[in-house]
Amino acid sequence: MQYHTPGSFDDAVELAANAEGITRFLAGGTDVLVQLRADIVTPDILIDVKKIAGVRDITREDGGWRIGVAVSGAEMSEHPLLQKEWPGVVEAMDLIGSTQVQGRATLVGNLCNGSPAADSVPAMIAAGAWVSVIGPDGTRKVPVEDIPTGPGQTSLAKGELINAVHLPERGANGGDAYLRFIPRTEMDIAVVGCAVNLRLDGDKISEARVVLGAVAPTVLLVEDAAAAIIGSTLDEAALEILAAAASAACNPIDDKRGTIKFRTHVAGVLAKRAAKIAYERAGASV
Amino acid sequence: MAMDHDKTNGFKVVGTRPNRPDGVDKVTGRAKFGADAYAPGMLHAAIVRSPHAHARILSIDTSKAEALSSVKAVVTRADFAEGLTGENWNILENVMAGDTALYDGHAVAAVAATTPLAARDAAKLIKVEYEPMPHVTDVDKAMAADAPIIRAGAADSSVPSGLHANVVRYHESGHGDVATGFDEADVVIEDSFKTEATHQGYIEPHACLAQLGPDGKGEVWCCTQGHFNVQKVCAALLGTDSSQLRVTASEIGGGFGGKTVVFIEPVALALSRKASRSVKLVMSRSEVFRATGPTASTSMDIKIGMTREGRITAAEGIFRLQGGAFPGAPMEFTAMCAFAPYDLNNVRQIGYDVLSNRPKQAAYRAPGSPMAAFAVESVVDELCKKLGLDPLEVRLMNASKEGTKASYGPRFDRIGLVETLEAARDHPHYSAPLAEGQGRGVSCGFWFNHGGETSVSLALSEDGTAALSVGTPDIGGSRAALGQMVAEELGIPYEKIRTTIADTATLGYNEISHGSRVTYASGLAAIKASRDAVQKLCARAAAKWGIDEEAVVWEDGYAKPSGPNAGSFEPISLAEIASTMGQTGGPIAGHFEATPEGAGVSFATHIVDAEVDDETGQTKVVRYTVVQDAGKAIHPTYVEGQFQGGAAQGIGWALNEEYIYGEDGRLQNSIFLDYRIPVASDLPMIDTVIVEVPNPGHPYGVRGVGETSICPPLAAIANAVSNAAGVRLKHLPMSPPRIREALDQQANG
Ligand SMILES: Cc1cc2nc3c(=O)[nH]c(=O)nc-3n(C[C@H](O)[C@H](O)[C@H](O)COP(=O)(O)OP(=O)(O)OC[C@H]3O[C@@H](n4cnc5c(N)ncnc54)[C@H](O)[C@@H]3O)c2cc1C
Repeated sequence: MQYHTPGSFDDAVELAANAEGITRFLAGGTDVLVQLRADIVTPDILIDVKKIAGVRDITREDGGWRIGVAVSGAEMSEHPLLQKEWPGVVEAMDLIGSTQVQGRATLVGNLCNGSPAADSVPAMIAAGAWVSVIGPDGTRKVPVEDIPTGPGQTSLAKGELINAVHLPERGANGGDAYLRFIPRTEMDIAVVGCAVNLRLDGDKISEARVVLGAVAPTVLLVEDAAAAIIGSTLDEAALEILAAAASAACNPIDDKRGTIKFRTHVAGVLAKRAAKIAYERAGASV
Repeated sequence: MAMDHDKTNGFKVVGTRPNRPDGVDKVTGRAKFGADAYAPGMLHAAIVRSPHAHARILSIDTSKAEALSSVKAVVTRADFAEGLTGENWNILENVMAGDTALYDGHAVAAVAATTPLAARDAAKLIKVEYEPMPHVTDVDKAMAADAPIIRAGAADSSVPSGLHANVVRYHESGHGDVATGFDEADVVIEDSFKTEATHQGYIEPHACLAQLGPDGKGEVWCCTQGHFNVQKVCAALLGTDSSQLRVTASEIGGGFGGKTVVFIEPVALALSRKASRSVKLVMSRSEVFRATGPTASTSMDIKIGMTREGRITAAEGIFRLQGGAFPGAPMEFTAMCAFAPYDLNNVRQIGYDVLSNRPKQAAYRAPGSPMAAFAVESVVDELCKKLGLDPLEVRLMNASKEGTKASYGPRFDRIGLVETLEAARDHPHYSAPLAEGQGRGVSCGFWFNHGGETSVSLALSEDGTAALSVGTPDIGGSRAALGQMVAEELGIPYEKIRTTIADTATLGYNEISHGSRVTYASGLAAIKASRDAVQKLCARAAAKWGIDEEAVVWEDGYAKPSGPNAGSFEPISLAEIASTMGQTGGPIAGHFEATPEGAGVSFATHIVDAEVDDETGQTKVVRYTVVQDAGKAIHPTYVEGQFQGGAAQGIGWALNEEYIYGEDGRLQNSIFLDYRIPVASDLPMIDTVIVEVPNPGHPYGVRGVGETSICPPLAAIANAVSNAAGVRLKHLPMSPPRIREALDQQANG
């Protein structure tokens, strides 16, 4: 196995483009190193991105945020302004692992590991986040929902990597929230995850995005669920339609973590609960 | 002086809470666990394991691995003793498969190489050719007519004819006539229950360092609950003499019964014998789950009859236990413990030990008892509900007492069940109001406790301190409790005593630390060894004073004349006698070896409040109180720790822990991520009440406390959850999908 510590994204691209065999980027390593030790994936080339300048920075950009690819969950939680503007994204990231894991785990690692149960991904998609992807052919902007293509799979081509995550400007009267269901209180993988991001016009919802995790091969942006609450004041009737739409969108598997029936039902429950929190947060920000 | 007295009050050290002797070592990292031993030139081993639930082993090609320069030895079944019979054969068959792999994870070969990584890589180069066979992992399916036979001819003579060949042992016990008893009842409830297999979940994986020479002399360092047993079993499996094998027990990072058995030590020894180097073998977590000994899983039918007033007229239980591909599922304990808390005229219990393609089960705290309590106490709770009776009052009305003929045969000696029930009833928890969505459950639990072969030695030093050597690994604070008992007898401070777990060359045979026996049996032995030493101390004083030995008494660390007739002499301290012992007759040491048979049975009553989120099926345990009879709590903090630990593990077993097998017969969740033991934030503070009804079989009244604490939780939590959810849960664990399913089924009629 080769281990590289490029000093720039261009060098990282060159290494990755010329790599032969299984290539992995090393951000926090909380997926890569665990998979290596468990004999799941033994990379031939490991490209550590943490030595690249600026990768640990959280910076204001166009009214939104640019989050470096090595920023850890703990660094996000301790950023008061980011936390205030995007509490759903920060709480989703904060759910990952333990204190030790929080010191290393990153948004980009969570996204590119390609797990349908990744906690931060529904929250990023609900927020309308996008990533900049750098590769042999230059840089492109990609919405987060277009990165995962299936369990363990991404749309990144050979030689490409992500060089930052971008959160849009929060704007007025907005709120987001993420909830996951796990049988315990922590240290678990989402059986179902749900993120809701919405904006209010008075007490009516004017914009919404509802995203489900762990109920299909990739994270789902559920437009019917958003439509169910747009224009409503999140009354009981709207909540019931929201739950039904969320459940209807599910295409889960039966496995050791939950049954199809259970996941489908709980997706509806979480959608209602997450929407209520997002609604409250949007209202409080008025 | 008389040395055989019991002591029930006036304790000076017993009942206090001194610092634990291993505390500093453990918090500073100085304590040496199984994987912390190193030998010059040692090799590292890895085991090749079957990926099949059931498969014939056609061939094993080790040539590619052996060709590597880093590889120093490869072993298969051919490298172990032949011609073993009985349990030794079963152990060997489990430690290294013969011609058939019997479960996913079954060891098939092992390799020793110069580094851990080289060993792992070499293990991957060992090519095993398998012919998969039909498998079965569920207990009910394993008994069904069409189940594949796991091992023909494995059944013993207890099994009635007509049963499937996978039923290998049968138990039946009870008294009275249940048919008549059910006729006398106003209400009879009959129901069926299931529990899934769980693992003890000790944090330290099995680890050992072993060396065995061509001369048959060897050494083993390992984490175990019983190093004398490791010695005996390894000698048999390797075909060497027990006494040539010296085994030392490391500090232990949890065992709970799972380290009473031998898995890796014989493999490391076989590799060492072949390589002529020391070999270290450390299991990964996934190996621990796949190939050590979880509990049995169960399927149970219970029928209980009750009068309108709450008197139980008859009780009957059928208990089917699957304990893996080997005989030994503790179904007789399940059957015998099931109705032990109740004073019954008519009771009958039947047990089946059933083979399946799973790892060989091992003891887990009160093996077999918690599952029985779950099934029985659930039915008792339903009866109370149906009749509008208070569940604790009903248990009090029917409680076993001194003189009761136990459901499993003998008459009870002095026991403390009623005392625990009364303490639970009077505890503020039992009358505290419940919030919306919460339910309360209670349950009793029973465990026999055990004595067993025990040998200790107590050496006095010239400076007046004492070293106690015992052969029972300290799995729950026994070094502190044993030191306290010696301090009490010798009359010197606890801090002046060091208790060591001695190796197998130092003491006579000691049975494993199991059956909650250590504070009872090693404690009794430590007291008797202290009294032996005291007798010798008194003799030295008598000689000095020129009076009869009988005329000397021992009080608070001093030899004194027994009264005015004995003469008038200044008392002499232990330190003074010890300082000249070399000149007054030689070293002074106390000894005791015996098989104490007075272990006192123990009962507990637990109260639990649980909250169920009926939309998601998630349960939160919000309040928990353990009431248990300890006989005499030597070190109350440790006793409370055992109570809390049993409850914590019970919460895991009741709510989320389970072995999940796929259609392919492979274990699906062999890591802690998916095998869900409770994390700290899942648990409430667990309140404890120590009841002390002395055990007549111990000089201070000690009963074992380590196991009884896990007997009531499954039932108490099931009762609380069922009350909160408004539906009876009959299948453990009560995971959120199972609770949701039960609610759905109830809603759909
Ligand atoms: C104990 C524990 C608990 C956990 N709990 C959770 C949990 O609750 N929820 C959850 O969602 N996850 C959980 N995880 C998984 C893991 O921590 C997260 O997925 C984490 O966000 C991964 O981030 P990382 O920086 O460590 O990624 P790494 O392991 O460094 O990388 C992960 C993947 O991302 C790729 N990658 C990294 N950087 C880039 C880049 N710049 N461009 C392109 N690809 C890149 C790598 O090639 C690799 O495939 C847990 C892990 C552990 C060990």
